[in-house]
Amino acid sequence: MRVVKRNAIVDQSLCVACGCCVKVCPLSAIAVFHGLYAKVNPDRCVGCGKCAKECPASIITIQEVGA
Amino acid sequence: MKGKRWYDYLWIATALYLVLGFFNILFAWLGLLCFFIPLILAVATGQKSYCNRYCGRGQLLGLLGGRFGLSRRRDIPKWMKSRGFRYSFLVFFFAMFFLMLWNTYLVFAGAQNLSQVVTLLWTFRLPWHWAYHGTLFSPGVAQFAFGFYSVMLTSTLLGLVTMVLFKPRSWCVYCPMGTMTQLICQAKHREK
Repeated sequence: MRVVKRNAIVDQSLCVACGCCVKVCPLSAIAVFHGLYAKVNPDRCVGCGKCAKECPASIITIQEVGA
Repeated sequence: MKGKRWYDYLWIATALYLVLGFFNILFAWLGLLCFFIPLILAVATGQKSYCNRYCGRGQLLGLLGGRFGLSRRRDIPKWMKSRGFRYSFLVFFFAMFFLMLWNTYLVFAGAQNLSQVVTLLWTFRLPWHWAYHGTLFSPGVAQFAFGFYSVMLTSTLLGLVTMVLFKPRSWCVYCPMGTMTQLICQAKHREK
């Protein structure tokens, strides 16, 4: 059986670095980098999609990543 | 879930600020904290820690739109999250802000009388005399308070409208303070 891994992907060019995603992430897998944009830690992210739902700019998507 | 910290309750301060402006306009001066703290934090630490942790308005919008469900939770239109719009809104906001400062100066200088109104959306002049009970030093002190409260009430109103229409904290996308602190962070991290 093939296990599909999903990750949150941030469009950093449009991120306003508000930090809403950081607040809702249950695994502390996302952080605001230097006040510039949100950065996902792919090792921790399980692709639950909470950040994508919360993001006020809707610039986070959940995508399948190669295993 | 993560435990709540003291700064997760700053929405109470924001709500209190808006209420106090109905009783004594001079409380509007406290709003300068929401102006200077984000800038100082951004310049000193190169982080948007104000937006990320301490912004009471963001929390209030998150609470009303999120927990109280007063938001449609739709995606914000593309143009509203573009840099062009965010920077234009920042410039417009500051132009209006300096106009307000100029009017304050005119009252300080005695060239204009104190106008006891709160101007909503830079257009609608609401009578607000009930919240004025005299002032110290100069009527200019009160003029600034009326002007600053107008800025705060207007931006809260815009925030509430986009909260209802789009995601709860959609104000954060075009918030002039957020845009400015992000620009400061960009400048700071370009140096290195």
